[in-house]
Amino acid sequence: MSEASGERRLFILLACPAIVLTGFGAILPIVWIIRQSFFDKAGELTIANYGRLLTSDLTWSAFGTTLSLSVMTLAICTILGIPLSLALASVSRKTAGRLMILLLLPLWTSILVRTYGWVVLLRRDGLINSFFVATGLSDQPVPLVYNFTGALIGMVHYMLPLFVLPVYAAMRDIDGNIVRAAASLGASFWKCVRTVILPLSTGGVISGATVVFVYTLGFFITPAVLGGGKVNPISIRIERTLSTFQDWGEASALGLLLLILVMLIGAMLVSVRRLLRLGVRNA
Amino acid sequence: MSLKALPISVNGLKKGYGTFLALDDVSISIRPGEFLTLLGPSGSGKTTLLMAMAGFVRPDKGSIEIGGRDITRLPPNKRDIGIVFQNYALFPHMSVLANVAYPLRLRNVPRKQAIAQAEAALARVKLEGFGDRSISALSGGQRQRVALARAVVFEPRIMLMDEPLSALDKNLREQMQFEIRRLHDDLGITTIYVTHDQREALTMSDRIAVMDRGRIQQLDEPQKIYNRPLNRFVAHFLGEANILASNAISGLPSGFPATSDAMIRAESFDIQHDGKPHVTIKGSLVAKAFRGENWLIQVDIGEGQHLLASLPADRSAQCQELVVGQNVILYASPSQIHAIASERPQ
Repeated sequence: MSEASGERRLFILLACPAIVLTGFGAILPIVWIIRQSFFDKAGELTIANYGRLLTSDLTWSAFGTTLSLSVMTLAICTILGIPLSLALASVSRKTAGRLMILLLLPLWTSILVRTYGWVVLLRRDGLINSFFVATGLSDQPVPLVYNFTGALIGMVHYMLPLFVLPVYAAMRDIDGNIVRAAASLGASFWKCVRTVILPLSTGGVISGATVVFVYTLGFFITPAVLGGGKVNPISIRIERTLSTFQDWGEASALGLLLLILVMLIGAMLVSVRRLLRLGVRNA
Repeated sequence: MSLKALPISVNGLKKGYGTFLALDDVSISIRPGEFLTLLGPSGSGKTTLLMAMAGFVRPDKGSIEIGGRDITRLPPNKRDIGIVFQNYALFPHMSVLANVAYPLRLRNVPRKQAIAQAEAALARVKLEGFGDRSISALSGGQRQRVALARAVVFEPRIMLMDEPLSALDKNLREQMQFEIRRLHDDLGITTIYVTHDQREALTMSDRIAVMDRGRIQQLDEPQKIYNRPLNRFVAHFLGEANILASNAISGLPSGFPATSDAMIRAESFDIQHDGKPHVTIKGSLVAKAFRGENWLIQVDIGEGQHLLASLPADRSAQCQELVVGQNVILYASPSQIHAIASERPQ
C-alpha cells in the first residue's frame, strides 16, 4: 500500500510542471480577462461592456457568422471525412499509413502559406476559375474567395485531417469479425455501415466534431484572409475592437462570450455522446 | 424451426497468398445434415477453407456448391450462411435481443414476429430472459450462446463455426461441445466446424477432415481417423501414436506388410498379458510419470527408437516398482496394430 501511495506521490510530483504551466498559461489569463471585462476605458467598474455588446446587432451577427462557419465546416468535414475514414479503415494498415501521410502533409505547412495558396487557386483569374471558364463550366469567373465560401473552403481544408484522425482511429478499432458477422447475417455494405460501423464509431465522430468546434470557433487567419473583410466572426471582431478602438474591456467581454459559447457546445457534444450510447443500445 | 439440410460440395479449391499455398486443390463433399470438422494445426488451411465457404476469401480456382447451387462468386451477405466466430463478434452497441433479431430485421421480418423468433432462439440456447441485457454484461459462455442464437435464428442454409470454443475454459468448453452438437441434431442443419483441438473434433463430429499444408490428409469418421490413420501426420496429430519399424516387434501376424511401419497407440500397450494372442516389444525404461488416470512410461527399444505407453491406473503397483534403466516387455493385441506406409529409406 505504501508502495502504491509512494508511486502516486511521484506521479503527482511529475505532473506539477504541467499543472503550473496550465495555471499560469491558461487559467490566470482567463481570470485577468474576466476582471478586465468589467472595467471601462476610464478604469471604472461597470457592466456596460456586456450591455453594449448584447444589445448590438454587430455582436449577434458576429456570433451568427462564427456559428455558421463552424457548423458548415463540421457538416462538410462529416460528409467528406466519414467516407474517407471508411476507405482508410478498409485498406491495409500499411496503405492507410501512407495515405495518412498525404492527408497530414498540409498540417506541416504554415497556415498563412496555405491560406495564401488558396487565394492563388480561388481568385478571379486563379487556377480553378480559369479551368471553369476554359471548359465552359461557367461563362464568367465564380466568386470563390474574399467571401463566406472562401473562408469555408480554407477552414474545411485545415480541419479535415484533424476530423478524420479520431474517426479513422475509431473505425480501425472495430473488430473485422464484427463487420464480417454483419455481412454473413445478410447486411449489404451500406446496411453494415449504417447499423454497425457508424454506431460503433460515434465516439470518434464526436471527438472529431469537438476538435472542429474548438478550432473553428476561434479561427482568425483563414476568415481574415479568405473572407476579404466581408466575413466577420467574433475572433475578427475582437481583433478590431482592440486594434481600432483599443477597448480592452469590450474585447475581453467578447472573448468571454466566445468562451461561454465554446463551453455550451462542448457540454452539448458530451450529452449527445451520452444519449447516443444509451439510444443505440435499445435500437 | 426444422431446416432442410443441404449438401455442400467443394471442388478443386485453390488459394495462394504470395508463394504460400493456403488451399492446395481441396475437394470435399459434405452430406446433408452432416457435422463435419476441419481439424488441423494453424496454417493448415482450415480457416481459409471455412472463410472461402463464407465468402470472405475468394478462391483462385475451384468452386463451392451448396444444395447444388454454385455460390463461389456470391457475396457473403447473399449466401444465407450462419457463422459463429472465434471471438463471438457480437454487436457491442446492441442489446442481446437486438443482436439476435438483427438478421431478421435485415430480412424485413415484422417487428413483433422478429422479437418472438429472437426470443425463441434465445430459449433454444437456454438464455430466456436475457434479451434486455447488454453484451458487456455477459460471461464468455453466455456470449457464445448469443452468437449461436444469432447464427441460427434466420434459418441459414448451412452453419460454419470457426473455433467457437477456443476462448472458453476447459469445463465450459466440454459442456458447450455437447450443447452445440445437440443444437445441430435438433436443427438438422449441415455444419462445418473448425478446430485445432483433436479431442473436440473426436467428440463432436460425424466425420473429420484432417488438414495439413493446404490439403486434406484424411476424411473419415472419428474412430477410423483415430484407429486407421492414412499417414504419419494424421497418426501423430490425434492422440499419442507410436510408429515403429516392424522388425522391432516380435509376434506380428504373418499378413503384416513387411515394408510398412507399425502404428500402435500409447494406450494399446500393457506390461502384462492375459494369454490372448499378443505381440511383444522389448526395451529399457527411460522415464515414468503418474498422470492421475494413467501412468506414462517412455521405453527405449533400440536403434534410436523410443516409444510412449500409457498404462491404466490398475497397473499402479507394477508401475511404482519400475526403475529407470530396467528392462521392460510391452504387450499389445495384434488388432491394435495398424500398418502405415514407411518413410524410412528401405
